[in-house]
Amino acid sequence: MAKGGGGAMIGQVFSWLTDPAHWRDTALDTGITTQLLAHVRFSLIALGIASAIALPLGLFIGHTRRGTFLVAGANALRALPSVGLLVLLTVMIAPHFHGRTDIGYVIPTEIVLVLLAIPPILSNTYAGVDTVDPAVTDAARGMGMRGRQVLFDVELPCSLPLILSGLRSATLQVIATATIASFVPLGGLGRFIYDGLQQQDYPQMIGGGVLVAALAVTADLLLALLQRVTVSRGISGRFATKGDAPAGPIEGAITRVEVEAG
Amino acid sequence: MIRFEAASKTYPDGTIAVDALDLVAPSGQITVLVGPSGCGKTTSLRMINRMIDATGGRILLDDQDIGKVEPAELRRGIGYVIQHAGLFPHRTIIDNIASVPIMLGRKKKQARADAMELLERVGLDQKFAHRYPVQLSGGQQQRVGVARALAADPPVMLMDEPFSAVDPVVREQLQDEFLRLQGELGKTIVFVTHDIDEAIKLGDQVAVLRVGGRLAQMATPAELLSNPIDDFVANFVGRDRGYRALGFEVVGALPLEPEPTVALSSSFDQAARAAQDGWILVLDDARRPQGWLAVDDGPAPGSEAINPVTLRRGGTVADVDGTYRAVLDAALSSPTGRGVVVDRDGAFAGTINATQVVELIESRGVAS
Repeated sequence: MAKGGGGAMIGQVFSWLTDPAHWRDTALDTGITTQLLAHVRFSLIALGIASAIALPLGLFIGHTRRGTFLVAGANALRALPSVGLLVLLTVMIAPHFHGRTDIGYVIPTEIVLVLLAIPPILSNTYAGVDTVDPAVTDAARGMGMRGRQVLFDVELPCSLPLILSGLRSATLQVIATATIASFVPLGGLGRFIYDGLQQQDYPQMIGGGVLVAALAVTADLLLALLQRVTVSRGISGRFATKGDAPAGPIEGAITRVEVEAG
Repeated sequence: MIRFEAASKTYPDGTIAVDALDLVAPSGQITVLVGPSGCGKTTSLRMINRMIDATGGRILLDDQDIGKVEPAELRRGIGYVIQHAGLFPHRTIIDNIASVPIMLGRKKKQARADAMELLERVGLDQKFAHRYPVQLSGGQQQRVGVARALAADPPVMLMDEPFSAVDPVVREQLQDEFLRLQGELGKTIVFVTHDIDEAIKLGDQVAVLRVGGRLAQMATPAELLSNPIDDFVANFVGRDRGYRALGFEVVGALPLEPEPTVALSSSFDQAARAAQDGWILVLDDARRPQGWLAVDDGPAPGSEAINPVTLRRGGTVADVDGTYRAVLDAALSSPTGRGVVVDRDGAFAGTINATQVVELIESRGVAS
């Protein structure tokens, strides 16, 4: 079946991935399962912190139209070189921690990942709230909704598609970039990529890459599912029967747009 | 009752949107604010529910200064309808309508049941209840907008060009149903439009504003047409004022002429024998006018019957209780010059020609 170097390599990657021994921890090696969980943990922490900062901030800026410069500023963060920043932060932070702890490496890694995740979440949340039809918010205020009700009962549900798509692109970037945790000596799926590269064990290196990609795709599918469940059909435009569907293109039905402002 | 007392709105850059407006919108009536763009009509309207705060003077709602009421609280007692309806895209139609009652703490189930009733009241089928705004046409959305504003049964309604974004045919339907609804509900309504015809059709009184936010004239539609206060109002009210003013006066006793008629089921020969000046009016079994038959057109091909295809159906039909305008139009639009007048059941009552109507108009003794 396998012909030539490329085909042989695919076979080797496949056998590396399917070898049960590679998934278990041993005295010498940490297995795929543990590294996968570590990777997920790094990513979730970063996404959690980034969302806790960027979601409320984006909602506030969109609702009040104040502080839009923050969105442009956050977008500038996208230009930071991740590995360079990681090295710099590690050099600055790691020496402050001693003993049997890797916290001195975890903190710089998470900072880099959080900085990476904030811009897409912030700018999409802001853009989502900002683009809600002014007639809709006017009607909401005109019927006596207070600011908080307008935000949570109207602006948030209307901007959910954009917010979630920001979260999805942040998730993809964080999962892909969390491999650099292994650049400073931490775990995660990046371990296989760096170790494979160092040991010229290419099946291991490519296998690690495949795992990162698979994790990213899985996470994206889960978020797509979340989007399907949480976004009102009136906004997504998904209607049960064709007869019910609106005739023209649906105004405001943005399913997957990433806004790159600034 | 809504009373503007020298209410003004000046923006920080010095632009005066509304200039010392004095105006009273009586309870249970429709007060229309009309004027060219930039006349401050929408600003004036939005000052009533404090979407815009007045910078001078005050506005009283039932003798209470609205400046002293918390805005959200004030707005919950005032229905608000805007140009593009502004329905919540993420909520179904029924939940859109129930928005305010639910916000005010009513049980969801009860609010939805009430909303269902309102849906019908504004002329929408209940099958729309669980659809989303995006699935409705502009006219249907606007009906929902009206239903939503009515849901908490507020005594006051503010309507900001609610019908101007729909096509003319739908607009006329919406206007007619709005008047029918208002006949049942008797709300205190302030209605903004840039369309003087809409103002004249809907208003119990019409306030014409001029650019710069000054009141030019406040009058009933008939008075506005017959007695515009100055050139600005006269120009704004537009052409055909004399003719349009006739639409506000009911004639009363009409000197009707008898007219020979035949039933649609009659033979052509019968019709031709009864005809006057070569024309005969054809009625259906309930004596409702169907059209004029020209004897020259002959019978239906290959039969002795009246040919329904050649009936002239173009003329308007006036009601015995009709206005001068309706009766005159019936005379002018009739192919025979004899205007068809029907009784309250729609049955033929008699005819009247344009000369007779004009004589009535000239002798009606309303000086102006």
